[in-house]
Amino acid sequence: MTAEFVIQLLAQGTQMFMVLLVAPLAVGVVRRVKALLMRRQGAPLLQGYRDLSKLLHKESVVADSASWLFRAAPSLIFALTWVAAALVPSFASGLMFNWAADVVALVALLGAARALLALAGMDVGTSFGGLGSSREMMIATLAEPAMMLIVLTLALAAGTTRLAGVADFFIAEPLAVRVSLALSLIALIIVALAENARIPVDNPTTHLELTMVHEAMILEYSGRHLALIEAASYLKLVLYLSLLICLFAPFGMAPATAGLGGWAIGLVAWVAKLLFGAALLGVWEVSIAKMRVFRLPNFVGVAFVFGFLAILLAFLSRGVVE
Amino acid sequence: MSAATPLNDLIAGRAPDRDGYVRLDVTPDLWESLARGCAAGLHDLSSVWADGGKVRMALNGDRQRAIVSLQTEDGAYPSVAALHAPAMRLERALRDLYGVRPLGLPDERPWLDHGRWPGRESDGRYAFLPVEGEGLHQIPVGPVHAGIIEPGHFRFTANGETVVRLEERLGYVHKGVHLLLAGADLEHGARIVGRISGDSTVAYAWAFASAVEAALGWSVPPRALLLRAIMAELERLSHHISDVGAICNDASVITMNARCMLQREDMLTVAKACFGHRMMMDRVVPGGVAVDLSSDGVGRIRSLLARLEATRAEILRVYDSMPSLQDRTVTTGIVRPELAQQFAAGGYVGRASGRAFDARKTFAYAPYDRLDFDLKTRGTGDVDARLLVRMDEIVESLKLVGVLLDRLEPGAIRSTALSLQAGEGAALIEAFRGDVFMDVRLDEAGRIAHVHARDASWFQWPLLEAAIEGNIVADFPLCNKSFNCSYSGHDL
Repeated sequence: MTAEFVIQLLAQGTQMFMVLLVAPLAVGVVRRVKALLMRRQGAPLLQGYRDLSKLLHKESVVADSASWLFRAAPSLIFALTWVAAALVPSFASGLMFNWAADVVALVALLGAARALLALAGMDVGTSFGGLGSSREMMIATLAEPAMMLIVLTLALAAGTTRLAGVADFFIAEPLAVRVSLALSLIALIIVALAENARIPVDNPTTHLELTMVHEAMILEYSGRHLALIEAASYLKLVLYLSLLICLFAPFGMAPATAGLGGWAIGLVAWVAKLLFGAALLGVWEVSIAKMRVFRLPNFVGVAFVFGFLAILLAFLSRGVVE
Repeated sequence: MSAATPLNDLIAGRAPDRDGYVRLDVTPDLWESLARGCAAGLHDLSSVWADGGKVRMALNGDRQRAIVSLQTEDGAYPSVAALHAPAMRLERALRDLYGVRPLGLPDERPWLDHGRWPGRESDGRYAFLPVEGEGLHQIPVGPVHAGIIEPGHFRFTANGETVVRLEERLGYVHKGVHLLLAGADLEHGARIVGRISGDSTVAYAWAFASAVEAALGWSVPPRALLLRAIMAELERLSHHISDVGAICNDASVITMNARCMLQREDMLTVAKACFGHRMMMDRVVPGGVAVDLSSDGVGRIRSLLARLEATRAEILRVYDSMPSLQDRTVTTGIVRPELAQQFAAGGYVGRASGRAFDARKTFAYAPYDRLDFDLKTRGTGDVDARLLVRMDEIVESLKLVGVLLDRLEPGAIRSTALSLQAGEGAALIEAFRGDVFMDVRLDEAGRIAHVHARDASWFQWPLLEAAIEGNIVADFPLCNKSFNCSYSGHDL
């Protein structure tokens, strides 16, 4: 076992625990920005950590009609999301498990987590859970293909589906602004909003059971189960923000050969960009109304169309260049 | 079978009582033909209630009003709802509360009685109306909701997201108002009436005071009348503004709600400073008002009006410039004009569907008989129309408060040394959500023998069921908020 190996292991470990550590803070920033824009003081930035620790200390109430799936789902969802979030290069590319950080794998991990959540939502048999699951799957059928198209566009440009490779490519060629990439960016933002249950697709702060999507599925959860699901949703937000950063604003990210110094710079840059992204999300959320449920296919459909156009343009432009 | 009798023919040439109502005893035949007249749209049903051995019906014509009484036979009388559906819930409630038997009532399920009242417990099972079809599922919502609102149960039958039928079940905040009031003196009675629906406390207290004054022939000092109207308009303003904010909030536009809530808080603070109570509860009393408005208070209200106007303009500007918000409100939850007409829906619900009725205008009571303001209606009947009708009314109310303040002259605020005797009086007062009907009967000692209070919500709740049909489940909170019906005022 070489020293190199240990350092690599440490770096990968840092990445894994950094996403977990930063996630509640990112959500805290979104909430704080929204509160400030409503002229409220808002909860402290660290409220996310407190919420999780509170939930972890609370008893978990489980319905009589719940099956093993209901109990197992939170841990599995958390694990899947954590792995996915840890795979997205944050502060450095070329980490130990970067070979696994394939965008297709990412989509698969998130898809599995979603399927589990939708099943768990229906497991207890309440009408709200079913309602939420059905809406979630409706959104997913549109968001997932759009995500795949975006991924393929980027893969075409960079010549690889490995995220680290794509990031390296964009760091090397930062000025290559392309129409297809702009379209992909918009599409990815829409997908990120839909996947994270954000306005205009879903409202994470609503108390109206009838309008919920994500919240409706997890209404029956409490205690540590809820803590795991909440943590998973925090992680998912970080994942998508990191993905956007890694693909479209990778400056500052340490290349594979950078030492500890490079990594430190990369880490600071990543956290700063992440929190900035969270703040932007907060501003976005107070400036638009939530959509009618049946209007969502149009909205998420736009992501699909943009993704499709992007890949088409990528093909065409490649033909011209060559 | 008797033909429909128009109210106007029946009471032509008869002088109304002090309260503007013509009072008649009718035969069962005439009772039925008047009910048919309601169904035929010749006049509006304002309320049905039981008092002693009689059932009574308040009817509104174009300019005339009448209260007709029918002697029940062993508690039985011909049902109004059998001929005119809007009376259905009122008559179901009458069965529960007074034990009268409306013969031919199409729906005999209990309404306010959930089987929990002492001495008459039952298993409380309630048979919701059956819905048949493929792929339908039910969504029970409430009575306990996630938000801070009153309790009510909503049973949705949906096909996927589309609502096929909504059935409401109310009565969870039944307080036994009519029994609490029986035998109470006027002061205590006014306090109870002011709490029937706390958000409309000024309007309820005014309706009660007005009915009592009509029953006893009391006169009210002019200053007191103006102060009542100022309080009523402030109440209307504060609820219209918070309603607009709440509607936007249900479309997830939280900044609008924050803006409106700040303004509402400002209003409540001013109300507290001027009248000594944030909601102006117990300020309107029989004979006048309980507190005077100081010149300092006049200044406070005037500066509040300026701030309100700024807020109103800002809210409207933001609303108009947010297509994403209007996308939620336009064409959502449409109440057809025919239904609003049939149910004689008051307030913004009626006016948004083209029904030009406002108790302040149609049956102008003092001081509105000498005030000039516009009664605006809209025709589309959707959430957007109900929101914009509120915005229109805010404009008028702001003007009204300004004029009322100008007209204030020093003087008494409450009549003194008044006599007590037996009598009966009624009043129709425009609360923020619509007309409140109040009928008061006093015994020889001037104590309350019977009070009937009919909130505007009685005729609005059924329309909510109609409005949501064909809409999607997720739009219900928005529709519901645009109606903002009273639970407490309805459950009595």
